[in-house]
Amino acid sequence: MAEIRFIDSFMMSVLWTDWLIYILLGLITLYVLYARRHEHLCAPWRQILTRRLAMSASIVLLAFITIGVLDSVHFREAEGLKTDGTVRYSSEVTSLFEQLVLPLKRNVEKTYSAPFASRLYAKENIELPDGSVTRNYPRLLHGGAHLDNPATQRGGDIVARIITASWQAALFVFVLVMLFAAWRSRRKQLPFPCVLKRMWQGRDTLPWKSMITTLAILVLFICLAIQLSTVYHVFGTDKVGQDVFYLTLKSVRTGLIIGTLTTLIMLPFAIMLGIMAGFFRGWVDDLVQYIYTTLSSVPDILLIAAGVLLIQVFIENNAELFPTLQHRADAKLVFLCLILGITSWTGLCRLLRGESLKLREVDYIQAAQAFGVSNMKIIMRHILPNVMHIVLIVIVLGFSGLVLAEAVLSYVGVGVDPSMTSWGNMINGARLEMAREPIVWWSLVAAFSLMFMLVLSANLFADAVRDAFDPRLRK
Amino acid sequence: MLAYITRRIFYAIPILIGVNLITFALFFVVNTPDNIARLQLGVKNVTPEAIQKWKANHGYDKPLLINSEKSGLASVTETIFYTKSVRLFVFDFGVSDEGRDISHDITTRMWPSLAIAIPSLIVGLLVNITLSMLLAFFRGTYIDLIGVMTGVVLLSISIMFYIILGQFVMSKLWHLVPISGYSEGVAGIKFLIMPVLIGVFAGIGGGTRWYRTIFLEEINKDYVRTARAKGLSELRVLFRHTLHNAMIPILTGVVIVIPTLFLGSLLTESFFGIPGLGSYTIDAIHAQDFSIVRAMVFLGSVLYIIGLILTDISYTLVDPRIRLN
Repeated sequence: MAEIRFIDSFMMSVLWTDWLIYILLGLITLYVLYARRHEHLCAPWRQILTRRLAMSASIVLLAFITIGVLDSVHFREAEGLKTDGTVRYSSEVTSLFEQLVLPLKRNVEKTYSAPFASRLYAKENIELPDGSVTRNYPRLLHGGAHLDNPATQRGGDIVARIITASWQAALFVFVLVMLFAAWRSRRKQLPFPCVLKRMWQGRDTLPWKSMITTLAILVLFICLAIQLSTVYHVFGTDKVGQDVFYLTLKSVRTGLIIGTLTTLIMLPFAIMLGIMAGFFRGWVDDLVQYIYTTLSSVPDILLIAAGVLLIQVFIENNAELFPTLQHRADAKLVFLCLILGITSWTGLCRLLRGESLKLREVDYIQAAQAFGVSNMKIIMRHILPNVMHIVLIVIVLGFSGLVLAEAVLSYVGVGVDPSMTSWGNMINGARLEMAREPIVWWSLVAAFSLMFMLVLSANLFADAVRDAFDPRLRK
Repeated sequence: MLAYITRRIFYAIPILIGVNLITFALFFVVNTPDNIARLQLGVKNVTPEAIQKWKANHGYDKPLLINSEKSGLASVTETIFYTKSVRLFVFDFGVSDEGRDISHDITTRMWPSLAIAIPSLIVGLLVNITLSMLLAFFRGTYIDLIGVMTGVVLLSISIMFYIILGQFVMSKLWHLVPISGYSEGVAGIKFLIMPVLIGVFAGIGGGTRWYRTIFLEEINKDYVRTARAKGLSELRVLFRHTLHNAMIPILTGVVIVIPTLFLGSLLTESFFGIPGLGSYTIDAIHAQDFSIVRAMVFLGSVLYIIGLILTDISYTLVDPRIRLN
């Protein structure tokens, strides 16, 4: 929770989860740098690069990750000067992403409104210019506010905006394709038209056609969002009038954090204990097996519930540790990841134990032992690199399950803090709205569809990673 | 065989002790009875006297591990550890923070849970095995590809979506079954149809995918090739040879969940208003009733460990190689 001031207009405010995300990004960079120099690590990734579905999925994933990372750069804006001359900062922490989509954040209505609506969901007393009062659906403050007569103009306006967005998207994709081709022709030392032809015919190593199609759809969505969401509420508004599209985009970060940090937090323990159990056997093995059998015998959801109840008590008793509401919610999120991690590391530990048991009998490790190489060195140099593919597979396969679990946990009441935007909280809040007449379906649809997109692309990507890295499947 | 089973059961004892210590540590050491009392009483009426009174009413006013005021055996038994944690071993769950008898609640509430969980398990198993065998039969063709892709898509949808959509379509639009509720006996069947159907449907993606890999693994083995070489038809190979051997991993995977069926499904029960153990747990979590959560943690672990032992036993029953070793 360090707070670094660098200019007086805003103050960086790094939450715990932000630190962890930066560390994760750093680790990924280190891995990429390391893997580039090692052929046996490059080969599986190159195989993934040739898979059509995996590449489409990773483009979608990248879009989600970009949102998540932009949403993880937090700062507090300056509000003015204090009496003693120092700058006073807002108590509200905002993020780079929030600043980018500021219109979405600011366009708050009074209560529910349907997607693309120009009038509120509920009737209200409206005072007419002649002083009389009627009961009607009032105009929205922001949604469709640029139109004089929404009933007749709205359809045409939406079509016009879609056409504009399509043009922009087409232009943008065209430029991108040309840039790709130029990069490819430089790299492959081939003339530009030849590269274009190869890309079109699918003869290049990368599956350009599916990648460009995915990219085109993605860019189209972004252009549509820019054109439409600034003047309409594309997914409507929720009970307190917040734009649902904004909320569902904000939930991306929460989903990504739960999906990645959970495994990351417990990873060192799982690797260390798993390898030690398999390599040393004897009482170490018995102890580690005892620990993970005991932990996994407690029902996951109950252990999480117990843990989260405890955190609530802890936070309530130590309120002074958390300066803002966001810090509080953030601390809860970190603990949630930690507890989820405790329930989910046992599977990985068991796999690593089994693999190390097998590896220690392999000839090159027997040889190393015969040469008198120390156990520590054998583990670091021979066993660890040879089990890393399992770790990678478990991380990517676990991701989507964790994103889905967040929704369930938030429903049960042991998930992320209610003040934090997450798909689980959105679904939980919108669930009862299905009973309204006419039904309020848009929050649910928005939350479910974005969650579905993230989980589906993660699943497709994870399958490709597993196929490429699992030696049993490689042959 | 008997010696093996006895040994497995003895292995379970230290694990249960471990679980007991974990729950004790979580609920009484990290988080003292004072905190629980403060949480239960609410912020407004917290006075030292009120906390003391609440603790005395709920039996939290004893020392944690050793009661120095008492002598002899009572110095150990008159403690929170003994009254709250050790008593769990004889399934004495005590009373909830609201004052209800937990053991009684559990025995009445497990039946609705079972009424949902058992049909879901059996129907789900049949559907998943059928579908995955179909995919294995058509392996490598477009049918297989489409099936696998559909599986990934189904797998990527939150179970809450299935429940909410199911309730909306089947109850609100088509008025086929009541949206939620429960009643005993034959009249209760109409309440069970939808939860079971949705439970089965939500499991298709994951189940089919898993069973398909098991079938494909078996289908590539030597004995299958031999069976084909003998001139058996592909269907016969699939049903007589592959299915029998694939049932080993499938059944042992099922055996481990059978005991935990008692606990019910938290989500299904709470969405459909079924008074089972799942909704009991959710209500306890919402009401922050630590006694019930603690009892359920212990019960859940016991059932899981029984599942582990049953798995070991079923392995020895279905796979002679393990029995002979």
